[in-house]
Parts: sequence; structure tokens; C-alpha cells
Amino acid sequence: MNLTNLLKVAITAIISNKTRTFLSTLGIIIGVAAVISMMAIGEGSKQSIRTELSKMGTNLLTVRPGGETRGGVRLDPSAMQTLKMEDYETIRDKATLVKAISPEVTSSGQAIHGANNTQTTIYGEMPEYMDIKLWELKDGIVFTEEDVKKSAKVCLVGSTVVEELFGDKDYDAVGKSIRFKSIPFRIVGILKSKGYNNWGMDQDNVIIAPYTTVMKRVNAQTFFSSINVSALSEEQSEAAIEEITALLRQNHKLKEGDDNDFSIRSQQEMMETMSSTMTTVQTVLVVAAAFSLLIAGIGIMNIMLVSVTERTKEIGLRMSVGARGRDILLQFLVESIMISLTGGLIGIFAGYGGATLARAVGFPATVPLWSVVVSFCVCALIGLLFGIIPARKAARMDPIEALRYE
Amino acid sequence: MEKKVVIELQNVRRDFKVGGETVKALRRVSFKIFEGEFVTIMGTSGSGKSTLLNQLGCLDTPTKGEYILDGTPVRQMKRSQRAVLRNRKIGFIFQNYNLLAKTTAIENVELPLIYNNAYNAKQRREAAIRALEAVGLGNRLEHKSNQMSGGQMQRVAIARALVNNPAVILADEATGNLDTRTSFEILCLFQELHRQGRTIIFVTHNPEIAQYSSRNITLRDGKICEDKTNDNILDARQALAALPQNNDD
Repeated sequence: MNLTNLLKVAITAIISNKTRTFLSTLGIIIGVAAVISMMAIGEGSKQSIRTELSKMGTNLLTVRPGGETRGGVRLDPSAMQTLKMEDYETIRDKATLVKAISPEVTSSGQAIHGANNTQTTIYGEMPEYMDIKLWELKDGIVFTEEDVKKSAKVCLVGSTVVEELFGDKDYDAVGKSIRFKSIPFRIVGILKSKGYNNWGMDQDNVIIAPYTTVMKRVNAQTFFSSINVSALSEEQSEAAIEEITALLRQNHKLKEGDDNDFSIRSQQEMMETMSSTMTTVQTVLVVAAAFSLLIAGIGIMNIMLVSVTERTKEIGLRMSVGARGRDILLQFLVESIMISLTGGLIGIFAGYGGATLARAVGFPATVPLWSVVVSFCVCALIGLLFGIIPARKAARMDPIEALRYE
Repeated sequence: MEKKVVIELQNVRRDFKVGGETVKALRRVSFKIFEGEFVTIMGTSGSGKSTLLNQLGCLDTPTKGEYILDGTPVRQMKRSQRAVLRNRKIGFIFQNYNLLAKTTAIENVELPLIYNNAYNAKQRREAAIRALEAVGLGNRLEHKSNQMSGGQMQRVAIARALVNNPAVILADEATGNLDTRTSFEILCLFQELHRQGRTIIFVTHNPEIAQYSSRNITLRDGKICEDKTNDNILDARQALAALPQNNDD
């Protein structure tokens, strides 16, 4: 029997049992739709995390006090104060792979203007911070190194702060004065809005001021909460980390074998961590969906076994008019593959539908093409694997017995 | 002129193992059937009729002896080879028609040709139409099997048996499910095929049918107990005409 006839026979058989076929494909439909939409959501999330993180600068390195935290180990509080002024100066003066550097001191608290107040965070930085974190100004100017030297009470504000304190996010607040923790700051510039980031943080709810000001006037501390560094390029991030590590170990007089009392993370590393977390979640979801496909396959095998028994007489007839075992085997294999593929195709459309729905309710979801191709192939494979047992049963029938079957 | 031998059985034996015992269904059966013969094979149940039919139809192979179908020895053939042989040389007709459900007359008749790659779709259809016309169903081509009467279904089955132009037509109680009138109609058709030179083997337990065939072989206990040529073949058309008109409906 040639392929055209095989397909024709399979289609006829499928059509003559529409309800049954539909029910047995349902498992496949749901399985494939689940796999595709899960892949879509996972892939979409990964992409959006990537875009989000790269907005913060792909060559960004963050030096933090304290060693690597792993598995929720509580840090020694004294370790939190290991980043000092001389560390900043050493990196600034000696590191060769560093393009820009800005020590960071932060403080959360209330900002006040007139009768308005808002909860926000002040970041004490160098002017270079603007380049390191890819901030742009909407209005005004960035404070200068001179301001840093003088611990000037000047600041840049994000649009959320403007909106909260002045009632309108487009308000021309340059030159106005606000208070943060009762210290007055003059606004010299307004930051261009960055919007919310992926994990729901409002990036515009910030005040940026000279680090010296925040360090001395607001926090009255001598250590940094972190140091932001821009490597010369994304590729040189790793080398820059090594260089800075060496400098800081020397500064902190750490002996060989001592653990670092600081940690340096690159943005790339962050991205990888985030996307590997997503990959794990995605894998778990896809594995769950794949199990449903396995069960669907068993359903198809079951229905094919019933079909073979039911059509024993037809098999006997076909054999008596000259069908070889091979012909019968192929007939039932093609049928089960077609059932499975039909389910797969519907499932792919349903998966696209699911992804669209997910986008509509706010999940980032993009259907990766390969997941469609893989799903399709997996369906063909399921049809083949779970079709083999029923098809062999059919092919091995004795025509005499089969013809006599009632 | 010597007639061509279509079927030759040489000391065919067929044993079945049932439990620990060996049942000898056929014991050294030998006969030849020539081209153009209309042979009835008779016998009570248990006489080995079905076993013989399965042998003749290449659905089974002899335990001992040899069966030569149209010049081809069958005993050593593999399953798939026998399937091909059935496809080319044999036309089966069953008591219960064995048509595919929800399938048109044409598609049913085409079935044997689907397993013969020498035919393409167009040739298949043409051959099926010719066969259906030959059995008087030229106007029922697209009827589905469940839309036809028993007689019509058996005609479709006969057309299916003719479509591959077989060396021999094997009918198994082909009139067994039909009423008297329809039985005679089908018998007429068989006689017509006989007149056209077809070789027909008709297995039945109905002695009446033997009168319409050219030769009758009777089996008993797995052996041939009688093999005689019928010199006075009755005409089924006359019998049909002599039947009382059915006025019930």
C-alpha cells in the first residue's frame, strides 16, 4: 500500500470515529498547549529580564561588603563595614580595566516639600554614576565633583519623587528645595523616567546626591554600602573583577586562603543567575507538561488497542485480499501518528492562544519557534511509540481467526 | 486440448494440535481443478471443508503434501508471500459479505487493488467500475454498504473477488445468508461467470447447489469420499423463473 492510500485509510478511520478521536487527542492537545505556553512564558520572562538588566549597563560591576552569601548564611555585621574610602581610592587610582567608578551610600527615609512627603531612597554617588547606571537627565544638570568635595546639599530627583512632592511629574522642580531626613537639598536636575523594573520596583522613586553628603550629613558613617564600577567593556568584566579583587585583598590585608570580606558581582552574572532561575522554573513546568503528554500517549495506545480489536474482522478481510502484515502495521501506525499529530497541531494553536492570553494579562510571553517544532516532532514520536503495540497486535493476527471473529 | 491446471493438491495433510492430541483435519487429499471449472465442495461440519478452503485460499499451509496454485507451490511460502499470492490469484467471497462499513461499493471493490502497486488510483477506479457493472451494480457505484440489501452486498463482494482478475474464485457459503430468490440470483451470477470461463470453487453444505455446478467434491472425515463431474448442469435462470412470485410486499 502506498502512502496516499495509507493516509486515505487513516483519515477515513479517524473521521468515522470523530468523538473517540477527539477525546483521545484531547490529552495531546492539552499537553502540547501547556508545553508551548509554558515555554512562551518562560522565554518571554527571560527576554524581559535580559532587556531590563542590560538597561542598567551590561558592564556594571557591583562591589559589596561581606563575603559571598550562600544559602541564607547570616553575615557578620562587622563584615558589612569593610568598604572604606581607601578602597574606593585604590580602585579609582590603580585599576586599569575600570572606566568609571562611583562609591555608593544609601539611606531610606522621608523626603518633604511643603506639605507633601514621600518615602524614598537617597543614593550618595559620584557624578560618574550617571554613566555607570545609564541615567539620563530630563532637565537641569548633574552635580559636579566640586559638589562632592564640598559635600554640597544638592540632588537629582526621579520623576516619582517629583510627582509625589510637587503633585505633577512634569513639574519644573529644578532649583526647588526639598528635605530628606530634615536635611535640605537643592534640586539641580530631574532624572529621565526608567519606569518599573521586572521585579516591580519603581526605579524613578530615587534621589541621587553626592556620596559625601549622604555619608557625612545623612548617615554619618565612614563606610560604603557598595561601590559601582563600570568595566572597560562587557568582555573585560571578568578580568576587571579579578583586578579589583586583588586590589581589595591587598587593602584589607587578607592572607592567602582567607575568604574575601567583600563580593563583586557583574551584571552579566546577575543576568545568568536570573535566567538560570527562570530556566529551572521553566524546566519544572515543561517536565510537568511532558508528563501529561506521556499520559496522553497512553490514552492513544488504549484507544488504538480498542480500535484494533473492534476492527479484527476488517483486518482479516484486508489480509485475505492481500494485505501483508507490514501493510496492516503501517495502516495502524499511520492512524495513531495522525491522531497524535492532529492533537499536536490543535495543541500548538491552543498554545499560541494561551501565550496571547498570558500577554493580555501582563505576563511577558513569546512562543519560541523551536518549541513548536519540538512539540510537533514529539507528537509524531508519541504516535509512533504508542502506536507500535496496537499496530503489531493487528499485524500479527491470523487471517483465519480474524475473519471468524464476531 | 489439455486444459490448464489451476489448482493441484498432492497428498495434502493438515494436522492441528488441540491440547495434547493431534486432530487430523485433512488426510492425504489430492485433486486437480482445471481452468473454467465450477466446483462445489460439500461436506458436513467437521468434514474438513473449512480447513480445505483455508488451504485453497492460501490462508493456511499444509502440514504435509504440496499445494500448487496456478503453477506456484505454496507450502514453503512465507506469510507475506502468501498475502501477495492471494492478492493476485484469489478472489474471496464470504457468507457474510465482509464489506467495509460506511464505505461505498466502489471503495469496497477497489480494496484488493490498493495492495497492488501496479494499479494507480485511476486504474483502480476503472477496474472497480467494470467489476461492479459485470455483477449488475453499475447504478449502485456510490452506495454505501449499509444502504444495500443482502443480495446487493453479496454482488459487491463478488465484484471485489473479480476485480483482480483472479485465477480462482473461492466462495464460502456465498448464498448462506440469502433468501431463496436472492440465492438463485446470485447462483445465476456464478453460472454466468462460469460461462465466461472463470474457475470457481464454491464451498457449501447445501446439496441443491451442486446441481448447478460442473463438478462436485464431497469430503468426509478429512478425506475425499466422492468426486464426480456433473453432466446435467441445471440452469439457475430457469429455477429462478419457476419460483413462485413473491407477492407479500
